[in-house]
Amino acid sequence: MTDHGAHSHGRLEGVLRRGQFALTAETSPPDAAAPAPLLARAHCLMGLADAVNVTDGAGARAHMGALAAAALLAQAAIEPVLQFTVRDRNRLALQGDLLGAAALGVPNILCLHGDDLARSDQPEAKPVYDIDSVTLMATARRLRDHGTLPSGRPIEPRPRLFIGAADAPIDPPAGWRPDKLAAKVAAGADFVQTQFCFDLPLLRRYLAALADHGLVGRVHILVGIGPLASAKAARWMVANLRGVHIPEPFIERLERSSDPRAEGRRLCIELLQELAEIDGVAGAHLMAPRGEAAIAETIAESGLLARRSAA
Amino acid sequence: MYAVRLWSVRHARLMERLYEALERTLVALDPAFRRIGYERLARPVAAVERTVKGLLFDCKMCGRCVLSSTGMSCPMNCPKNLRNGPCGGVRADGHCEVKPAMKCVWVQAWAGAGRMANGGAILDLQQPVEHSLQGSSAWLRIAREKGAGAAPAAGTTGKPA
Amino acid sequence: MNDGRLVDPGDPLPPLPGHSSRGRLERVLRSGRFAVTAELNPPDSADPRDVYDRALVLSEVCDAINATDASGANTHMSSVGICSLLTRVGYAVIMQISCRDRNRIAIQGDVLGAAAMGVANILCLTGDGVQVGDQPGAKPVFDLDSISLLQTIRTMRDERRFLSGRKITVPPQVFIGAAANPFVPPEDERARHLGKKIAAGAQFIQTQYCFDVPRLRRFMMQARDRGATEKAFILVGVGPLASARAARWMRGNVPGVHVPDAVIDRLEGAANQKREGKQLCIDLIQEIREIEGVAGVHVMAYRQEELVSEIITASGIMRDRQPRLPRRAAKERTAS
Repeated sequence: MTDHGAHSHGRLEGVLRRGQFALTAETSPPDAAAPAPLLARAHCLMGLADAVNVTDGAGARAHMGALAAAALLAQAAIEPVLQFTVRDRNRLALQGDLLGAAALGVPNILCLHGDDLARSDQPEAKPVYDIDSVTLMATARRLRDHGTLPSGRPIEPRPRLFIGAADAPIDPPAGWRPDKLAAKVAAGADFVQTQFCFDLPLLRRYLAALADHGLVGRVHILVGIGPLASAKAARWMVANLRGVHIPEPFIERLERSSDPRAEGRRLCIELLQELAEIDGVAGAHLMAPRGEAAIAETIAESGLLARRSAA
Repeated sequence: MYAVRLWSVRHARLMERLYEALERTLVALDPAFRRIGYERLARPVAAVERTVKGLLFDCKMCGRCVLSSTGMSCPMNCPKNLRNGPCGGVRADGHCEVKPAMKCVWVQAWAGAGRMANGGAILDLQQPVEHSLQGSSAWLRIAREKGAGAAPAAGTTGKPA
Repeated sequence: MNDGRLVDPGDPLPPLPGHSSRGRLERVLRSGRFAVTAELNPPDSADPRDVYDRALVLSEVCDAINATDASGANTHMSSVGICSLLTRVGYAVIMQISCRDRNRIAIQGDVLGAAAMGVANILCLTGDGVQVGDQPGAKPVFDLDSISLLQTIRTMRDERRFLSGRKITVPPQVFIGAAANPFVPPEDERARHLGKKIAAGAQFIQTQYCFDVPRLRRFMMQARDRGATEKAFILVGVGPLASARAARWMRGNVPGVHVPDAVIDRLEGAANQKREGKQLCIDLIQEIREIEGVAGVHVMAYRQEELVSEIITASGIMRDRQPRLPRRAAKERTAS
């Protein structure tokens, strides 16, 4: 299988370029100075997720650094997507970590704004925001495609990176233009992972609006979904995370069930199978707080991987 | 103003005495402040503080004033905002690595500390600035923290051996 | 210490009482031997082999290799990245953390990440201002300073918690260091300032370049008088000057470097300035090692790892031991 024209050496990009339905998962680095706790949680995703996101200072809190965590996963044959928030590092540090990521065999990055310090357990920390996530994507692309830093200094050989951005589907009002997403794509986003969106009719309307503005063919869109653990968890997410869409009927399904966890997995599988049929959806990004095992089971039971070999 | 803040460091002993008097007054006013309400006093007191300390020390209203421990030389004038300076980049003439026209804030600080009665305070380890306090009144904080006689003043840890 | 099995320099050694880390540098220092460290300046490359090539040259002549952190405020591969690459193949490293580019959240994360990758030593630096680098528009962070950084890492290691109080399940077992520069103002206060760093947690010190031995002697005397040399191991920074012109350039452009006129004159008067600069460095090392309280040297030469290796060998300071090239690094070399 040739990867002629591919930006990275990664499996995720290969799956997307072949038009197969990609599956990514997420893990948060532990509060430990050892590889074992990280690998213990992420291990179950090996062979199931095409790549696993490593969060960067989730909740605006310190954890094991994302770059080291991503390097550890890469070494353990779990392909990472290294998340880069722009909250805690200036451009010098961000560029340094981009170079480090490439050298350590991390093929995928996701550039984000980052959770607000107000939610942190260290709200007195200094917010950096030297550059925004769009600028970071442009920097990464320039390094990859032209081999220069913003200062003009050359980097030889160039890093190989598959660049991602975050997005949150909305119910598009009349006349709405996807300007923010368009800016991210223009800056260099090759793929996008969205916030939780369980509302597929809304998603279809959102994608139609994107298609009207020519965005659907230009970027791989992975829709955020996950095995909800309970109705309470679902309600918490809707109340506290921005841009989350979980229709009330689904939450009620969980409330009525005698085994909400299993119901949550079933729901997720149904939606995954439907997502795999929607034009314009390149894959799904599965998230569940401390739920790596649930995500692994969900992927395994969904039958989507088997579908790939059959195709 | 630069010239005035250099003057303040040269007269660090005088500033030390003035500040001790101010602190005694603030602590004594704590009951009155409580009656009026610290919330209501926040903005007007901060405005006065900014004006007075701004003139004397080029105060940046970081919210956690440590002037008594830095020889009356405000560390927020250091381009690296060091709370435990100096750094290793000081120029041979005692001027700042980042702003060559400016005397190093910490060379000033250590000199000022040498003039003060309690100059040993410069050996205290200062905690990092709490950025969430930016713009708030340190005077009111002193009154509240020391007036209540509650926990020891935040912002320092033990003395070095 | 050696149970017969060959151990790579960066491999964790069996824990010893009174040691903070499982690294080789701490062992060398605590056993009273004269330590040698050297600096690796990262290449402008995204290829790990370019980092390995430079480390190869240094591995057999020093006890640990410093990985710099955007030194001179110029972007390079981050020190976490370099250290991760080097520990993977068995090098002993000292990770430099500068306060200029990251806030306390990112820094605490990097400390855990580095320790998880096998880094046993961390050097806490303030960092040069952004104005000396090639992106002077970058926002300087300086959320922590070198002293609060020392305290932060010590808290994480000894109290097993983040600054916020949140628990750390596996603490970083690291040997913590700081920089010192006795060669710039306020000279008379530098020993007291060193005392602050030691109180904050510094267990070893690497100084800025020393070209002025009398000044160093004065500083070391004050440090001894204050008991600093009993609490921390002081390694003095040295390096070769390529020419009188290079010396003048460094004096004018690298923050904190003090080169006395006598040194410049010596170079100026030499038939072969580069050779004289190298010999000067060797002479300095010989002189410095005799000063009471000096525990080692830290050799720095920007992008001249071969020269560093020659200097260390010629000075004879590593004669009492033979650091080895890590086996995995040797395999890397033969593989490429």
